Amino acid sequence: MIAPRPPLDAAVVVADRRAERAAARRAKARRGQLIAATSTLVIGGALVALILTSPGWPEVRDTFLSVEVFRESFPDILRAFWLDVRVFLIVEVAVLILGLLVALTRTVDAPALFPLRILAVVYTDLFRGIPTILLVYLIGFGVPALALEGLPTEPVVLGGIALTLSYGAYVSEVYRAGLRSVHRGQRDAALAIGLTERQALRHVILPQAVRRVGPPLLNDFIALQKDVALIAIIGVAGEAFRVAQIQAASDFNYTPLIAAAMLYLAITIPLARLLDRWERGHGGRTR
Amino acid sequence: MAARPGPPVLEFRGVTKAFGELEVLHGIDLEVAEHEAVAVIGASGSGKSTLLRCVDLLEEIDDGDIFLDGEVITDPSVDPVAVRRRLGLVFQAYNLFGHLTVLQNVLLGMVKAHGGDRDEAEPTARALLARLGLGGREDDHPDLLSGGQQQRVALARAFAARPRAMLLDEVTSALDPELVGEVLGAVRDLRDEGVTMLLATHEMSFAREVADRICFLHEGRILEVGPPEQVLEHPRRPETQRFLRRLLEAGRA
Repeated sequence: MIAPRPPLDAAVVVADRRAERAAARRAKARRGQLIAATSTLVIGGALVALILTSPGWPEVRDTFLSVEVFRESFPDILRAFWLDVRVFLIVEVAVLILGLLVALTRTVDAPALFPLRILAVVYTDLFRGIPTILLVYLIGFGVPALALEGLPTEPVVLGGIALTLSYGAYVSEVYRAGLRSVHRGQRDAALAIGLTERQALRHVILPQAVRRVGPPLLNDFIALQKDVALIAIIGVAGEAFRVAQIQAASDFNYTPLIAAAMLYLAITIPLARLLDRWERGHGGRTR
Repeated sequence: MAARPGPPVLEFRGVTKAFGELEVLHGIDLEVAEHEAVAVIGASGSGKSTLLRCVDLLEEIDDGDIFLDGEVITDPSVDPVAVRRRLGLVFQAYNLFGHLTVLQNVLLGMVKAHGGDRDEAEPTARALLARLGLGGREDDHPDLLSGGQQQRVALARAFAARPRAMLLDEVTSALDPELVGEVLGAVRDLRDEGVTMLLATHEMSFAREVADRICFLHEGRILEVGPPEQVLEHPRRPETQRFLRRLLEAGRA
């Protein structure tokens, strides 16, 4: 026969079960951490051992990771990197404006804008289809060759224009995807409260589109920040990669390139973490 | 009832609308007088939503005409923006602006469409929100609100500029049953103030209570119009009888 349990006992039993489950969860988490740590050590150790025991390691160590050369070259490269940062910032702003204008031109269907719309389509097709490095070459060497009065001839300006045109095409597509992702009901509601099409775009559709494309835009920034190094190929003096290249060539030691790589990473990694945080923060708000 | 003062607020004459091959509205004739509430009932796909969207010029009609205060509004020469500013449309899915707060949702049209001064419009907007039971939620974003609250914000947004007529498109259909009441209460409130309205609905009890006349739409045609007790209790057409019977079986009547 089963006697009815006194309520106090029931409470104790419930509390025990709760503690039991919590303990089991903790044990499972500990086990997981242990496995992760062990496998990281094993795989990481194997990789390091593989590199350190490779026949060419002593030579690689001296030509790529020379502390002495690093100390000698780093200040110059760091100074040169400031040019990269400035080019990046100016091009980025230009890209954001150009991309938005192209996206809006392709989105708004006013008949008067028809020729502009064609131009915008041709522009995105063309400049997205050409490798950025080729574009830098074509504009960097082609525009000065025209020998036209008034056109810029400075490599850094031409390089900046080439990067702007290339990334403007990508970014315009990102904006356009954002504009199209705003539900049609938003436009209906904006018109229903008496806004004009233009007001609906400006006050209702565009703000929501821009918010949504923040993460993909940041992704393109990271790519652009690296591609600034491309302007080195048209002879932009004092650019970080170029300076590192010259130094590496002068004494056949590649450590300066590693120094330059570290500077690029110093910008792109924080940007990537910022992107992660942004995406997590906005994950919940999609409406 | 007072003598009829002038033209009806809304008038449909032979309104026809097709989407491609599909004819959604076929020769609609209907009038909505000042202070009158007319409920359009009918099955899904009967053309109720399209009818309301045509009045707000979100859809272009193919034939016939719609009049607002005696003026034709469906002529291609008419500026749709000016017409929409005289009407208030509420959507089934609320369609609130997600990037704006509740208060900003209500203010946007008052300020940008009607050229109101923001500081003058704000107390009016706040008072309207408070009246609809949304006091304290002004600075929240819509996604923090329940469906019923969101729909009441949408009502406030559409009514903020005191439109000549409110067009309510299935305003309770997207709501959980326990939230329907609060939205219906808000609509009843506007109705009691004498706001002219044309509403599409599935809620028969609501249509009965709020509407002066009920209009049964079936496959793009108005089959029956009359006072609620007549259309709902003694429907003449077999289509109406079948529709009401089905609703009764589904427990919606």
